Amino acid sequence: MAFFQPQAKTVPKHTVDPVLQPWIEKYRPKTIDDVSAQEHTVTVLRKALLSTNLPHMLFYGPPGTGKTSTILALARQLFGPDNFRNRVLELNASDERGISVVREKIKTFARQTPRAQAANSDGKSYPCPPYKIIILDEADSMTQDAQGALRRIMETYARITRFCLVCNYVTRIIEPLASRCSKFRFTPLDPLSTSSRLTHIAAAEHVEVTPEVVTTLIDASNGDLRRSITYLQSASRLSSSADPPTPITPRDIQEIAGVVPTTVVNDLARTLGLDVSSDMIVDAVTPKRRGFDAIQKKVKEVIREGYSVAQLLSQLHDLIIHHQMLPARQKATCALVIAEADKALCDGADEELWLLEVAMQTYKALSR
Amino acid sequence: MSLWVDRFRPKTLDDLHYHHDLSTRLKALAASEDFPHMLFYGPSGAGKKTRINCTLRQLFGTGVEKLKIDQRVFVSPSRRKLEINLVQSSYHIEITPSEAGSYDRVVVQDLLKEIAQTQQVDLGAKHRFKVVVINEADFLSRDAQAALRRTMEKYMSNMRIILCANSTSRLIAPIRSRCLLVRVAAPTAQEIQAVVEHVARKMKFDVPPEASLQIAEDAAGNMRKALLVFEALKMQSPDLSGPLRIAKPDWETYCHKVAELIVQEQSPARVMEVRAKFYELLSHCIPPTVILKTVAEKVAERVDEALKADVMHWAAFYELRMRLGSKKIYHLEAWVVKVMCLYKHFTYNFDMSEFD
Repeated sequence: MAFFQPQAKTVPKHTVDPVLQPWIEKYRPKTIDDVSAQEHTVTVLRKALLSTNLPHMLFYGPPGTGKTSTILALARQLFGPDNFRNRVLELNASDERGISVVREKIKTFARQTPRAQAANSDGKSYPCPPYKIIILDEADSMTQDAQGALRRIMETYARITRFCLVCNYVTRIIEPLASRCSKFRFTPLDPLSTSSRLTHIAAAEHVEVTPEVVTTLIDASNGDLRRSITYLQSASRLSSSADPPTPITPRDIQEIAGVVPTTVVNDLARTLGLDVSSDMIVDAVTPKRRGFDAIQKKVKEVIREGYSVAQLLSQLHDLIIHHQMLPARQKATCALVIAEADKALCDGADEELWLLEVAMQTYKALSR
Repeated sequence: MSLWVDRFRPKTLDDLHYHHDLSTRLKALAASEDFPHMLFYGPSGAGKKTRINCTLRQLFGTGVEKLKIDQRVFVSPSRRKLEINLVQSSYHIEITPSEAGSYDRVVVQDLLKEIAQTQQVDLGAKHRFKVVVINEADFLSRDAQAALRRTMEKYMSNMRIILCANSTSRLIAPIRSRCLLVRVAAPTAQEIQAVVEHVARKMKFDVPPEASLQIAEDAAGNMRKALLVFEALKMQSPDLSGPLRIAKPDWETYCHKVAELIVQEQSPARVMEVRAKFYELLSHCIPPTVILKTVAEKVAERVDEALKADVMHWAAFYELRMRLGSKKIYHLEAWVVKVMCLYKHFTYNFDMSEFD
């Protein structure tokens, strides 16, 4: 038996399609009713589906809330799998989307008369209304000029083409475009719908997850469903590929998500003179005052461990803001410092210098 | 005759000397059919590159070591030609898009799409996908990162991406959420020491424990530096006995000299002198951030406790300015003047408020 197994493994290697789809693709909602949360949007869209008339649409909201999934599901429900290909044009940031593309590709597609409805191979009937849909995913990364060029196109061909803009930041869409669309806001998912979706996927993939793991997943992803599904998939990959397979622990999730361990954050906070005893009981003994050298040493240590400073700052921020004994004034000062550092990091400043800067300023604020 | 760093670089995951947990994980991942996109991050000299190469070898076998270097020409939207060096084997391809400066988006779009749309033709290959290794991923522009987003999802069946970065702060969240994050922490002094002794054994000589310990502590978690220093020391004194003097790199002693100058005297003439030194350093291609950091740390060491925080504060402040601006020397100088001003104010109790 033992020497049959390797053979059995090598034979189907190139015959079986090894497209191991990421779960986020595999479990993309097929119909708009499958979309988690977003009740308001779904209700409106279901109405639109019944009347088979769509306005131009603008979907906006934080990443991983189901914007792209919703429009894809909607289009699929409208046209069916066979007509989908020639009725929908999907463009995203990985495609060239300068002004020339708007003028040529989008315009040509927009002014084509929709092709006749092809017979549906799966036997179901779809409404298949007489217009096409152009989906501009990640529309906030389009240039102003390109957006400007869209204005007239949207109006001229409105009879035979509907546009759907999908973006994270509605403010980056120029006003004339935004006013031509009906806007749909997607809110971050509430923990309840996230956890039900996660348990559903875990059950479908035969992965065992404990409630603690689900809670950790939700905490680590801040309402971003895609992120939590990716983390879950990575964790299950790691645990199943280990020999023997190990159960997923909350710590695994944290490591995958790049979350800094609480002990490291607390240690740093303690060096800064913040009292982080686990029980939070008023203590007469104030933490030992440390000087510049001790803090610098600690910062260097943290940097050497390779943690992401942006992540560390956000955790330190949470720790300080939710601290029970600090006066509001000190908290405000600390928050200001951290905000400054976050901006600096986004601009690409040196991590070590800014962590030290935050550490020193916080230390100063706390010792006042 | 190559350097020891390259000669004794571990080739397989089993040869790695530290982070054994990580190695077993990588091995398990490489063995499974389902290999994710990955993002390796950690300080320099921690062994990210070594681990990536070992993982590739684990994935595809020795074939990945047959490398050839290619040059490709890309045309930017404004018809400018960009030449990019590619290192590739038949299973993977390695690029450093930051070479293309602000046109890295073109490189990422064109190259990745091209690779993604061609399938592996070699039937003997262990996996159907090719791997694209992107170096210095944290220097990718926002546009280039945005271009990666959908590509990473869409072409998952033909391609996997391995990103290599110093920190994840500069990567946009959508990229981070699509990758399996792998943190490679810097080795501890003991781990470096063990590696140094391992190299010594391989070269068939003994290294006194004091020497290896000193090397390990001096390297501050940078394995590459430790091995380079070790080799240099061996050249200097073949028996490695007696008190060792680990020679600092030239630029570092030079930076220390600059710090000395700043603390000794604060005058316009001195600023000019320091400026000349900075120019010298910059013309030797020492990154301005490194210069500022080294000098600032040295200055902070030599001034009074009360001033230390301020020195580092302004260093952080001007470092950010340096990134945003285009001419580095202005900001280096501005920092020097600021520090001198603070120092003078502090030591002589001058009231400098009206000069601020």
